[in-house]
Amino acid sequence: MSRGLWERLSPRLLPIAVVLAIAIWLIESGLASDLLWFQEDIIYLGWQHLALVAWGGGLAILTAVPAGALLSRPALRRWSELLLQVFNLGSTIPTLAILALSMTFLGIGTLPAVFGLWAITLLPIVRNTYSGLRAVPSHLVEAARGMGMTSWQVFWKVELPNALFVIIGGIRTALAVCVGTAPLAFLIGAGGLGELIFTGIALNDIAMMLAGAIPTAVIAVLTDFVVGKIQYYAVPRGINPVRS
Amino acid sequence: MIELDRLTKIFEGPQGEVPAVCEVSLRVPAGEICVFLGPSGCGKTTTLKMINRLIEPTSGSVFLNGEDTGKVNPITLRRSIGYVIQQIGLFPNKTVGENICVVPDLLGWDRRRARARAAELLEMVGLAPDSFMDRFPNELSGGQQQRVGVVRALAADPPVMLMDEPFGAIDPINRAGIQDEFLRMQERLKKTIILVSHDLDEAIKMADRIAIFRSGKLQQYATPSDLLAEPANEFVQDFLGSDRALKRLSVISVASAMLRDVVTVSPEDPVANLEARSKHPGREVAVCLDDAGRPIGMVKDLQLVPSEGPVKAHMQAAEPVVQAGDDLRTAVSSMLAQGTSLAICADEAGRFVGLLTWREVVAAVSGREASI
Repeated sequence: MSRGLWERLSPRLLPIAVVLAIAIWLIESGLASDLLWFQEDIIYLGWQHLALVAWGGGLAILTAVPAGALLSRPALRRWSELLLQVFNLGSTIPTLAILALSMTFLGIGTLPAVFGLWAITLLPIVRNTYSGLRAVPSHLVEAARGMGMTSWQVFWKVELPNALFVIIGGIRTALAVCVGTAPLAFLIGAGGLGELIFTGIALNDIAMMLAGAIPTAVIAVLTDFVVGKIQYYAVPRGINPVRS
Repeated sequence: MIELDRLTKIFEGPQGEVPAVCEVSLRVPAGEICVFLGPSGCGKTTTLKMINRLIEPTSGSVFLNGEDTGKVNPITLRRSIGYVIQQIGLFPNKTVGENICVVPDLLGWDRRRARARAAELLEMVGLAPDSFMDRFPNELSGGQQQRVGVVRALAADPPVMLMDEPFGAIDPINRAGIQDEFLRMQERLKKTIILVSHDLDEAIKMADRIAIFRSGKLQQYATPSDLLAEPANEFVQDFLGSDRALKRLSVISVASAMLRDVVTVSPEDPVANLEARSKHPGREVAVCLDDAGRPIGMVKDLQLVPSEGPVKAHMQAAEPVVQAGDDLRTAVSSMLAQGTSLAICADEAGRFVGLLTWREVVAAVSGREASI
């Protein structure tokens, strides 16, 4: 095979080869049939899991991007570092502690779980939005103002588009964290694939554990893939480092 | 037409007030380029930014075509003024076409009209619309980006343009070419332009009038030629440098300095014609012209020419030849390069129009008769 062809195919061949290897191992060791036994649970809990991520992550995006944008404004420059430290503090609190706290105040079920996931998913998005907007070169803002754009127009037409790649990058990281943390929602009664994982641990049933863990991993990879594609297509060629 | 009336800006600093611009008053006639010149921190950029109210004046007014800019909405004001900054500031998230159409879009122009205008402007600066309209700024060279930046400021056809060191980011090799291109464009468009610069040579080349600033105060406001001939004070004198007489060479045209009253003959004429027509003592040169009036030779040192035979037997090559439209700096450079003490001046069609010797050069620069 020529060098050029190998270089183009190998990034795609490698993951496929790994997945094939895992699949073959699963089938050979008999685990595959055990996993399929949990099919219905996987589908039901998988949807629950996705709903938790969608609510928690979606609300996080809707609140964190405006929050990060506000913090980046020149008027708030003196307060922005301080407020970011508050957000940082939030991220040092262990996830389980956050879920326990939300359970204390909000009871058990979906609401505290979504609240906890929201709190956890916030920080990467706020940080990236803030630094992405701050990193927009000031001479672009000066040129925009000098040409007669209002402050709103400068934000929407110049600052936000130029920060978009970094902001979506933050969303990508945050959603990965969200998907990975969502299994813990089972512990406060919100269901999700965590049910299979934790029950599997308690019963020492490897098939059950994997029935929960593998779909979680697949959802994480798919989420990252989809957001990555959004990042690729939504950011114009002129400022998109991964698009030539 | 731009008029500044006692424009002042005082900044509030931690140690008290910082006066940046003090009572600057001047008037730029319509269609002219005025260069704000001065060392770093002299207030020239602050003054510029007070014209489009990116910085609000502490006191004083700015009048654009008679209208007080302080009474107009600043956003509307800025959309009617072309603004170019040193870093150019092309938006990397927009294509070249979208960049140029920014102000037309803000003004609500029809899409097709805006795009047609963008194509027309790209043609004007030599960038083929088909290949450049949909490119992104990061796909352009520095010189191309600068051209698009200037053209973007012209998109809505504003009568006034403000430029803050627009050629500063271009390498010196390309800068002269782009400055020339800009001057040619200005010939056609006749915009009223204020250009901030810290480069004296650029100011002399580009300006119809130069305003020299120092510590926020206007020191002198004059044409380049007058400025170089008569600096108003010691600061201006020092700023212009000890070679300002040489710099004056580039603002005086050959046509205004040359000697027009010169003996001309045709090569077949007898030498006797030369004696009869010799007019100027000390400049004994006769120029031989062909039927079309073009110089084909010259005869120097008329007293030493024998008194018989046709002129062409005693003819030398007519070199160097300079254009009447060139400046003295180019002409003197040719004379020095060829090691001669005179140059023959021709018009664009190549016809003889005059003679340039060191005496004419000194007289033109110093304004006095030279005792050579």
